[in-house]
Amino acid sequence: MFKGRVGYGTSVLALLALLAMSGMVAISVGAVSVPVEEILKMGANRVAVGTFVRDWPEGDEVIIGVIRLPRVAGAALVGGALAVAGVVFQALLKNPMADPYIIGTSGGAALGATVAMTLPVTATWLGFGLVPVLAFVGAMSTVLFVYNLARTGPRVPVVSLLLAGFAVSSMLAAVMSSLMLISGSALRRVILWTMGGMTVNGWQQVAVVGPVMLVGAGAIYLLAGDLNAFLLGEEEAAYLGVDVERRKILLLFLGSLLTGAAVAISGLVGFVGLVIPHVARLLFGADHRILLPASGLVGGSFLVLADLVARSLLAPTEIPVGIVTALLGAPFFIYLLRRNKKEYGF
Amino acid sequence: MVESNDGLLRAEDLCFSYFNGRVVSHVNLALGTGDLVGLIGPNGSGKTTLLKLLSGVLKPALGHVSLEGREVQALERREIARRVAVVPQELHVPFPFTVREMVSMGRTPYVRPLVGLTAEDRQVVLDVMGATGIGDLAGRDFATLSGGEQQRVIIAMALAQEPRFLLLDEPTVHLDLNHQVEILELIRRLNREKGVAVLAALHDLNLAALYFDRLVLLNRGAIVATGTPTQVLTAARILEVFSASVLVEAHPVTRAPQVTVVPLSQQAARSRDSGPRI
Repeated sequence: MFKGRVGYGTSVLALLALLAMSGMVAISVGAVSVPVEEILKMGANRVAVGTFVRDWPEGDEVIIGVIRLPRVAGAALVGGALAVAGVVFQALLKNPMADPYIIGTSGGAALGATVAMTLPVTATWLGFGLVPVLAFVGAMSTVLFVYNLARTGPRVPVVSLLLAGFAVSSMLAAVMSSLMLISGSALRRVILWTMGGMTVNGWQQVAVVGPVMLVGAGAIYLLAGDLNAFLLGEEEAAYLGVDVERRKILLLFLGSLLTGAAVAISGLVGFVGLVIPHVARLLFGADHRILLPASGLVGGSFLVLADLVARSLLAPTEIPVGIVTALLGAPFFIYLLRRNKKEYGF
Repeated sequence: MVESNDGLLRAEDLCFSYFNGRVVSHVNLALGTGDLVGLIGPNGSGKTTLLKLLSGVLKPALGHVSLEGREVQALERREIARRVAVVPQELHVPFPFTVREMVSMGRTPYVRPLVGLTAEDRQVVLDVMGATGIGDLAGRDFATLSGGEQQRVIIAMALAQEPRFLLLDEPTVHLDLNHQVEILELIRRLNREKGVAVLAALHDLNLAALYFDRLVLLNRGAIVATGTPTQVLTAARILEVFSASVLVEAHPVTRAPQVTVVPLSQQAARSRDSGPRI
């Protein structure tokens, strides 16, 4: 659509503006509505570029600075991380149906979270409870397991990865269901967790997860050219000078790291990692040099708004954000798909 | 193996087996600047496997491939890709890339992360699009092009690697005659004008004889003949390797050997006509 008409810099700036606007709206709206102007003044005071006399209630500063801002930042990070991870997996597996959870991350994370919820133990580590920690550990160890299952000698064929991921996920899901049935009491919590929802309360979690995601996404961006080559097939990528197996393991690790970090603070938010990469591709083309930043920014903006809907629609009850992402995102995606059906055939 | 920068892509006593048996067997081959070599042989004779071995994506069971005097298996993919480009038989592109984006991917072995395509890279991309006649298609979606156009884009992508050696796996398969001729003319021109050494697996013996200086005939993984088209393409050898009874005649214009199949039903009649058999 915008392909070839708008330059790289312009596109990224426009998307940054979109993210900033989404964030501003999301910070402003809530049980207590805080006008954007007031937020801007608070921000200016905080970074000492302005000195506005405070004519707003002190409570607003707490609501914005301690509650809403970290949550919105968390949503932006999760949306961006899932979208970037989705781009990575779609390219590596050369499969438009791939999403960040495809090689077992979700199964492992869900089992980890379920175990944490059924265990009569509470622990806190760097501001994280047992659920996010075990979810992250579950996700990463499952990917490691799947990778080794799929390995044949020096090679890891992507078809084996897909199949092993599917098999292991199914197995883990069965274990998880059994645990849920046995425990009974954790049932509702587990189900809500698998539908996804921002569990950020305060800056500490964002301060841990954020750098992991940003560094991971930055590293992936450095490999954008390799991802382009992967889309032509592994053999062609090798002809073009890509060290296929080494780059594959690196990209799988980085993609899973982003996913695991996202899952730790949001549960299993679906749809974003599958669809945002396609939306970004339709808008900006398939070249990963633009696709990666575009997906990250679109994904971040999308989840910020979806999270806003999730907490406002039936306030004070929060609905799982995964429901919102699917309900909002699917029709929009179908619209884009139909509009572009001539140029987007796979 | 003697280490010397001889400027050649060289196979020495190359052997390779898949699970079900040997597919390349004791192949010796050298490709140097200006060479234009056609690789022919029946299906399953090991043409594709040989190309993969030469490009280093398959590791030989025995023997060596050396690239300008260095063992290919010891080189980084990036280093190989700056010297050897491969045009695969098929390229399936699952997402919509423009022609310019596709050709730019040929610069992968040169591009540094963060820096991206430099002005020089862009110039190379422009040049090879011009050389392959796809300059007008730059903004088009690759998937919407015709087979011949797609093949030219893939060749342009390979040329963007600025290779000294160009390996092509059946570059004219699935193409109509006009496109076959167009692609072969292009390959020949690139060879003559830029000195790129070409080794192309081909299934059409007549086009191979018309466009290539030298032919290598493979049968069951082994080289059974090499030389000029006239030396390689004899009726007896084609009968032996392809189990096909043919006439070989000189092309009326170029004098290159041209192979004509004789239908089974006509063979008896022909042998009667040609007089008493001994």
